Amino acid sequence: MTEKSAETITGGAASAASPADYLALMKPRVMALVVFTGLAGLVAAPGALNPFAAAIAILALALGAGAAGAFNMAYDGDIDAVMRRTRLRPVVRGVVPRAEAYTFGGVFTLASVTLMALASNYLAAGLLAFSIFFYAVIYTVWLKRSTPQNIVIGGAAGAFPPMIGWAAVTGDISLNSVILFAIIFLWTPPHSWALALYKSGDYAAANIPMMPVAKGAASTRRQIMAYAVGYVAISLAPLATGLGGLVYAVAAGLGGLLFLVLSWRVLNSRAGEAGTDEDGLYEVRAGDRAARDLFAFSIAHLALLFAALLAEYGAGLHIALQTPGS
Amino acid sequence: MSEDNRPETVKLTPEEEKARKRRNVAIFWSLIGFIVLIFVTTVVRLSGNVAGG
Repeated sequence: MTEKSAETITGGAASAASPADYLALMKPRVMALVVFTGLAGLVAAPGALNPFAAAIAILALALGAGAAGAFNMAYDGDIDAVMRRTRLRPVVRGVVPRAEAYTFGGVFTLASVTLMALASNYLAAGLLAFSIFFYAVIYTVWLKRSTPQNIVIGGAAGAFPPMIGWAAVTGDISLNSVILFAIIFLWTPPHSWALALYKSGDYAAANIPMMPVAKGAASTRRQIMAYAVGYVAISLAPLATGLGGLVYAVAAGLGGLLFLVLSWRVLNSRAGEAGTDEDGLYEVRAGDRAARDLFAFSIAHLALLFAALLAEYGAGLHIALQTPGS
Repeated sequence: MSEDNRPETVKLTPEEEKARKRRNVAIFWSLIGFIVLIFVTTVVRLSGNVAGG
């Protein structure tokens, strides 16, 4: 008989975690974006997938994103505790033990990849497995804490969903699916750095070498502009291959123009310099607003591009501007 | 039984017991859902392949 009283013994059984805490572990908002872009890839791909199988493929994509989110939260518990934006996550609050979060991620990885293989094909399942690995290991473990290029390379993980949706239908990787991948890949740096510019204090406190922390605000603003040009250019590529029709052209053209204007505003602002210049407080706040505007519009613009593809191919609004390519 | 001689076991508070029950129910339905999805997906894919020759 031990002297330890029953009240002091805690373990998995004594957890107060609810199913909602486990849902939070899957980063539902990221899952929603993954489902949206993955669905657009699936709908825009040439060919057809049984509607039920297509729904299962999308579910698998969502579960896979959730698994990657769980791995990320399990590993990043220490730095999430430091940042205001993430300090209420289930692992940080202690309601979900770290080991459980890893197990949860493992179980959902197996379930999602199995469902994808069964509902579509092995290429889509393999891409899904690789994207989970890329986010959980390459980005979270390797890049995030070691290089300011973390979200540039790590952005690939978020760029996979439309390619996976496309592969679920066609069973291959074509030029158009690579273009959809590239759109999200080049969108990630200006999007993430716009946020990092006005949240750099959080990242610095957590010792994460985000670009504004590692290279400074001015360098980040220049790089945002450069990536914005690349992003807007690649977002026009579907018009050249014939994937994008009239609706897409409007979304990419007008939206892209506004994206460039907002990036230009960030370039010429003092966004990200709040901590270094207390005298010009109002000016700095105005600068941060430029970064906030770009961050907010970047989400809207990406959503608009993929919504345009959904409208063209899901609702039959595709008005071809030229003969479709690959 | 004195405080020191109680058996070593986990004593759950009513709140923790409720939370555990909710987790168990969620796991139960998730497993049932997964099994049904695997079964129906298999049938749908098989029938599609059979119909397609």
